[in-house]
Amino acid sequence: MRDVAIIGIGATKFGELWNKSFRSLGIEAGMKAIEDANLSGDEIDGLFIGNMSAGRFINQQHVDALIADYSGMVTNHIPATRVEAGGASGGVAFREAVMAVASGIHNTVMVGGAEKMTDLDDASINSVMDATADAEWEAGMGITLASNYAMIARRMIHDHIATREEIAAVSVNSHFHGALNPGAQFRKAVPIETVLKSGAVATPLGMFDCAPISDGAAAVILCPLEEAKKHTDSYVKVSAVAQASDTLALFQRDCITEFKATQVAAARAYEMAGITARDINVAEIHDDYTVAGIMAMQDLGIYKTGEAGKAFLNEETHFDAGNVAVNTSGGLKARGYPIGAAGLAQIVELTEQLRNSAEARQVKDAKYGLAQSAGGNGSAVTVSILEAI
Amino acid sequence: MASVAKEWREIPGRYNLQGTKCENCGKIYFPSRSFCPKCRRDSIGKMTPVKLDRKGFVYTFSVVHEAPDCNNRQKPYAVVMVKTSDDILLSGQLVDVEPENIEIGMPVRAVLRKLDADGPAGIIHYGFKFVPDY
Amino acid sequence: MDVGIVSYGAYVPRYRIKPEEIGRIWGVDGKAMGKGLMIYQKSVPSPDEDVVTIATEAARDMMARVPDVNPEDIGAVYVGSESHPYAVKPTATIVAESIDATPAMTAADMEFACKAGTAGIQACMGLVGSGMVEYGVAIGADTSQGAPGDALEYSASAGGAAYLIGTKNIIAKINKTLSFTTDTPDFWRREGQPYPLHGGRFTGEPAYFRHITSAAKMMMEAMETKPEDYTYAVFHQPNGKFPTRVAKQLGFTPEQIEYGLLTPNIGNTYSGAVPLGLANVLDHAKPGDRIFVTSYGSGAGSDAFDITVTNEIENYKRENAPTIERVLENPVYLDYGTYAKYKGKILMSE
Repeated sequence: MRDVAIIGIGATKFGELWNKSFRSLGIEAGMKAIEDANLSGDEIDGLFIGNMSAGRFINQQHVDALIADYSGMVTNHIPATRVEAGGASGGVAFREAVMAVASGIHNTVMVGGAEKMTDLDDASINSVMDATADAEWEAGMGITLASNYAMIARRMIHDHIATREEIAAVSVNSHFHGALNPGAQFRKAVPIETVLKSGAVATPLGMFDCAPISDGAAAVILCPLEEAKKHTDSYVKVSAVAQASDTLALFQRDCITEFKATQVAAARAYEMAGITARDINVAEIHDDYTVAGIMAMQDLGIYKTGEAGKAFLNEETHFDAGNVAVNTSGGLKARGYPIGAAGLAQIVELTEQLRNSAEARQVKDAKYGLAQSAGGNGSAVTVSILEAI
Repeated sequence: MASVAKEWREIPGRYNLQGTKCENCGKIYFPSRSFCPKCRRDSIGKMTPVKLDRKGFVYTFSVVHEAPDCNNRQKPYAVVMVKTSDDILLSGQLVDVEPENIEIGMPVRAVLRKLDADGPAGIIHYGFKFVPDY
Repeated sequence: MDVGIVSYGAYVPRYRIKPEEIGRIWGVDGKAMGKGLMIYQKSVPSPDEDVVTIATEAARDMMARVPDVNPEDIGAVYVGSESHPYAVKPTATIVAESIDATPAMTAADMEFACKAGTAGIQACMGLVGSGMVEYGVAIGADTSQGAPGDALEYSASAGGAAYLIGTKNIIAKINKTLSFTTDTPDFWRREGQPYPLHGGRFTGEPAYFRHITSAAKMMMEAMETKPEDYTYAVFHQPNGKFPTRVAKQLGFTPEQIEYGLLTPNIGNTYSGAVPLGLANVLDHAKPGDRIFVTSYGSGAGSDAFDITVTNEIENYKRENAPTIERVLENPVYLDYGTYAKYKGKILMSE
């Protein structure tokens, strides 16, 4: 098993991209990554795509073939694999790609995530998201994914794990950073009152507690660590990629105010990387709902139960606060949430931070970055750790 | 139009809260499972149907304002996670109560209600929802 | 072999609308309408309720009160209504699944306007009395529709009650049942039409009054009884006025019909009306009480029952399910807009 490096990254702007199709988005991100890695494209011998639901969003199955074709890779007939794990599709695709290179079976691999959501109406989009919970016993009974996270939030408040304001602060933090990220969907900081007063989605969560509907794509290129400097000086090491599963339905859990899958994946990742939570400088976490952000920082072991909320509220999570910087990309909330792309967008952001190209939102001396990507009710979670070289 | 078989298959669970009990370790599962995740192979052939108690209390809840199409006319509507008196956690809608009167800990019971229908000419889907208990 | 009621259950939805609110929309003195009908409010089903859910709730309460009865011993389920959710596909099978009575049983839906529930009781009596089945379930339930602006809008309501008929541990013996039936077109609804039509005042004397008084007189003749021999009487009640008048005509007192008259408080529950009225009587009845019941269904016919409450009612676990008084507690009042939304009277975009 050999070490893996990231030698190139690329991402489209995220947002309601009316004039961009699914295939054009995927290609744009991929081309940027190839350029960033100083490759021609012929070097790529494997392609992995994280995509949650092209089948339901744009009626297109078999997107591995679509991307391989339109990216030009099909001229070399390379293997292309599409990966789906709800919101964790991108994170899981990344892990598959890393394993492919680490194993020696592949050498230079592109892994991308892409989602085109806005070709469908809002109600139908939400139904697709709801189907990442238990379609039969949650969605089928009137439970929306948002209402599941809302129920988690209400229980957290009841159990004194976080206050309503602390939960809202996750969104404030994401927007603060989104304002500093040119690629973000929302580029305006918001005060906490805006979050607290926003239109109800599923109480106690409102519009500003929920990540938007977005189109977008992100891609990274991997190769063995020892070959990285052949291509570029600004590469980053993949120190760990871990993944864990949990029950599909939220009501099957023993405890609903934590995601065991995040805890288990994090423990595996820290062990693989030979570090602890204390070594992390910058984290990209899956804030599809604000409350998920609170849980993530606690489940990752970065904060103790009951403490993460305070860190968000006291702005200790800002890129320049000297603590663990959280969601410097703007997170899912402000950067945008084209589902399959989210996990890869996190990797792109961490790479920028670790190779010092994050510009206005640069975390000083970032050495270790962590990406946490989750699907559905936290039924699949990947935790990836990157290291600056 | 959705397959009628898909909904029909789930009737025991949807109407009567039928789950399964692992006769090996005694744990009860809802919805039904064909083997026990704890006992694994030791549970094969030992999973028996069991009906959950219809009474319980509210463990957590939310009032849904952004509703899927099928529930659009009933928004805002409440969803709950209920701890039944046999200690199983279930999710469903809570009806016949004003949203501001819902509290964690309030007693509820499961009743049969319409979930949705496949349009004005299609099959009506019935299933359990919760109401405040007397 | 004595055949009778082993258990009963009842359900009425919690929502109400007052006649003055209906009248407000149509430019009519609703309060006066209500007074004229002797209906002061009517029940309204929630959008997620229908005859299936109402019948199921009543049937489950009925079973809860007899925990020693094995639902697999139920040999027949009949649901009588004029607002079955399907024109083809029975309500009875869904209710039967919901009380675990399936599969070794017969079932069917019945229609005979407001007497479909009592017709089911008679059918069950035959099956049980002949030894063909051990227990039969008969349910009368409706979510009746009144056309917007029509007089029936002030009365058509929702509710139902379920009866377990058998021979063991009966709490009320049905001494006799008989019926008076003719072809009298007083009130009808054609297939596919959303609202019924009626013959105006023709629904009175030649329809309701003729059939109820004929059946009632036939019953008292057959049983050699007089009105004063009965503790309670329950008559079909499309409004509060008709049963009050027919009771007087037959010689029954206002006290005798008081418990059995629910329409002034919940509206006309059609197939549920007499079953619900009888349930309220049984909620208060003591051993030895004699109950006189005559239903009426447009089209037309009346089913009469002579019932004696047994000692077994003292052992009966009535407390395992809510009484009608409890079911009717804390109603929630709607405005006409919400009422129209719940009843599907608003033209939607699909």
